[in-house]
Amino acid sequence: MATETIEILDTDGVNRALTRIAHEILEHNKGVEDLVLIGIRTGGAYLASQLQQVISAIEGVKVPLGIIDVTMYRDDLCSRSDLAVGQTDIPFRLRDQKIVLVDDVLFTGRTIRAAMGAVMDLGRPQNIQLAILIDRGHRELPIRPDYIGRNLPTARNEQIKVDFDDLNTAQAVHLLRN
Amino acid sequence: MKILIKSGRVVDPANKLDKKLDILVVDGKIAELAANIDPGNAEVINAAGLIVTPGLVDMHTHLRDPGYEYKEDIISGTRAAAAGGVTSLACMPNTSPVNDSLAVTQYIITKAKEQGSANVFPIGSITKGMNGELLAEMGELKEGGCVGFSDDGLPVINGEMMRRGLEYANTFGVPIFTHAEDLSLVAGGSMNEGSVSTELGLKGIPWVAEDAVTARDIMLAELTGAHLHVCHVSTKGSVELVRHAKARGVRVTCEATPHHFMLTDEAVRGYNANFKMNPPLRTQEDVDAVRAGLADGTIDAIATDHAPHHIDEKNVEFAIAMNGVVGLETLLPLTLKLVAEKVLDLSKAIALLTCQPAEILGIDRGTLAVGAVADITLINPNKEWTVEADKLHSKSKNTSFDGQTMRGYAVRTILAGKTVFER
Amino acid sequence: MSFNPKHILGIKDLSTDEINFILDTADSFKEINTRQIKKVPTLRGKTVVNLFYEASTRTRTSFEIAGKRLSADTVNISASGSSVAKGETLEDTAKNIQAMHPDIIVMRHGASGACQYLAERLDCSVINAGDGMHEHPSQALLDAFTIRQHKGSIEGLTVAIVGDITHSRVVRSDIYCLSKLGAKVRLAGPGTMLPPGIEKLGCEVFNNLEDAIRDADVVMMLRIQRERQGTPLIPSVREYARFFGLNGNKMDLAKKDAIVMHPGPINRGVELGTAIADGPQNVILNQVENGVAVRMALLYLVAGGEKLQEDC
Repeated sequence: MATETIEILDTDGVNRALTRIAHEILEHNKGVEDLVLIGIRTGGAYLASQLQQVISAIEGVKVPLGIIDVTMYRDDLCSRSDLAVGQTDIPFRLRDQKIVLVDDVLFTGRTIRAAMGAVMDLGRPQNIQLAILIDRGHRELPIRPDYIGRNLPTARNEQIKVDFDDLNTAQAVHLLRN
Repeated sequence: MKILIKSGRVVDPANKLDKKLDILVVDGKIAELAANIDPGNAEVINAAGLIVTPGLVDMHTHLRDPGYEYKEDIISGTRAAAAGGVTSLACMPNTSPVNDSLAVTQYIITKAKEQGSANVFPIGSITKGMNGELLAEMGELKEGGCVGFSDDGLPVINGEMMRRGLEYANTFGVPIFTHAEDLSLVAGGSMNEGSVSTELGLKGIPWVAEDAVTARDIMLAELTGAHLHVCHVSTKGSVELVRHAKARGVRVTCEATPHHFMLTDEAVRGYNANFKMNPPLRTQEDVDAVRAGLADGTIDAIATDHAPHHIDEKNVEFAIAMNGVVGLETLLPLTLKLVAEKVLDLSKAIALLTCQPAEILGIDRGTLAVGAVADITLINPNKEWTVEADKLHSKSKNTSFDGQTMRGYAVRTILAGKTVFER
Repeated sequence: MSFNPKHILGIKDLSTDEINFILDTADSFKEINTRQIKKVPTLRGKTVVNLFYEASTRTRTSFEIAGKRLSADTVNISASGSSVAKGETLEDTAKNIQAMHPDIIVMRHGASGACQYLAERLDCSVINAGDGMHEHPSQALLDAFTIRQHKGSIEGLTVAIVGDITHSRVVRSDIYCLSKLGAKVRLAGPGTMLPPGIEKLGCEVFNNLEDAIRDADVVMMLRIQRERQGTPLIPSVREYARFFGLNGNKMDLAKKDAIVMHPGPINRGVELGTAIADGPQNVILNQVENGVAVRMALLYLVAGGEKLQEDC
């Protein structure tokens, strides 16, 4: 079956989206006080790192950045073929922090639920917000992002692919259609 | 009552026969061997394409009767024998009570005669209760029908007791069957000691445990002039000891089991207790030595050491499982395998199963001579079949060869002119 | 990566990739043990039975904590003695436990092969927590994990293991594990405690401690059972300590940065001199700590995928 690839965002598009999200985060949280970024392994972690740089460029402050792996919190233990577990690396306290969870694509919402569970086990934050590069719809849980790079209605069998370069910088977003 | 076994290849090493002949049986005895005997009013059994041999003799079995009838009894054990082509067997005395009295000997013989499917020749114990302390009443036991004496399952630990046992048995002209094992060297081992036992973490039994006592008993036979029969030789060393003893004229004979010439301790991987026996499965070098011993005549007989055990005694952790495997129904094809593998020629193989063990036991069986009792086995040497433990005639199913493909089996077993097994 | 083994019966059956995957997974689980709330929901609803036929504090506790930190329901059953003494066969005991639908049975048993016996007869997964003198896979994995933590990689290291090799299931698992990961394994012990053919497992055998530990990167001392004293195996603990104990200046023979390991519990003054037991090279408590992470990884990998029930 031939696969059709459609470019949704190019590099500039990704950067514009991240810049806008950064501004929205700063605006919403009135600055960087108590603000932390937590990226969901692996795509979300790369984007969180980029967001950290963008925020730093705007505010001159490097907000704390953590990486979370949600494998241990997933609800599909018995049906997964890939059992690899990534490491969670959050070298700061989460108590009373404002957490912005970052992921590349929001789909069913199950990963975000797992991530919230994982974050809550590490400490009791002030609040948890959600930043997403692409929201492709098809939610199975009552989860709504606070910051969205691009809303993209998709069919269930389509795939969204975010391309990263060797330095883990997002280069483009593609829609793959069979 | 006449039977004519027609057109079979008659292999009777006792009479140096290997040719196509008819055999006429009249009233349970061999009446005539010749080409093209006129059937007259005899029942004709077509043996074309079959090998016809004297009924096989298994000189080492455990029938478990009396006392352990849940494992086997004389009826089931002799039925298994018949299914394996065996018409005569010797049974070891480690029953309950031990066969150290005329009563037990007579019980065995009577039950076998009345209800059995094979001739049963009891072996009495060397020492009372197999305790190693007092000699059994061998004279009376021999009169009662015992063909030899053994504490098989256990060694006679005390050297003087063994010496006196040999001397005393010799008085009555019967052999002592030694179970050669130094228990202090066994020291709780459950398989052959070597790299496999090391890997499996099972305590090993070194070859010395067998060889040391084999050597002692051979020297005692030399000292006393008595006939020593070494049971189930399994090591290279034991074979060599017997070979050297024979060369210098010691009255020693010995036997080997099919599992000891077919399997090595590699089979224990997997911890299947149906590969646990005593002596244990040894190394390839030992298997090769046993085969060489069979080929050059050092080993006089192939015997099964048929040792039935209930599944509950085997379906446990390897170290606590009981020793022993059944063998009557696989004896013949495993021996024929040695012929196929050119270790033995057919005549030699049949001798190891017929006249040679019969001679050691001193029984008038294992021959198709005119006038002999018509114990006859008809063998299809080429039929391939698969061992299915569940289908064995023995009460116990503890075979090492479950699921294995065999070649050859007895298609008819005739005991004193009467067919006791047919397939 | 997927992980197909349904049971962990021994290291011999694991591939190098599988071993590395277990160690990598343990690396990820290690972090949980340093959290304030040391619990993740990974094995929620799974039941792990720790069936111990031999006394064991360390291994049983380690498996129990591992299961609990993954939110499994863990139950400990201490069965005493052999099945014969108890009057119930191992199979019957196991089937009774199976009737309660555990997902994983972690078993320690005095008979070599007992875990394989169980695995062949039950539907659930079986993890070997030590069977007779055969294998103790979780110990070998935590040893490898600890060595990797201290040395970066196991490839090319020289590991000396000293003590009662014959009776040690840890040694057998360690030889398989470390040699698969590229280490050179040396063994030393008195002749009475070196089983025949052990070198075929992939190691070099010495009859003195000094030669074995010379230039070694890792020195692993085995516990000497005091009960062995007075058997034909050793004349006295005193003499054993003199020739095969790691004490005095003997560690000077090993590499400067060599580490000292011990599967525990230690006999101070016997196989390990107190100065060394308390010295900076000793990583014994790391081993214990890592044991939990490694056992979490094992429980997770055995429970994960489609190996157990079809729907859960």
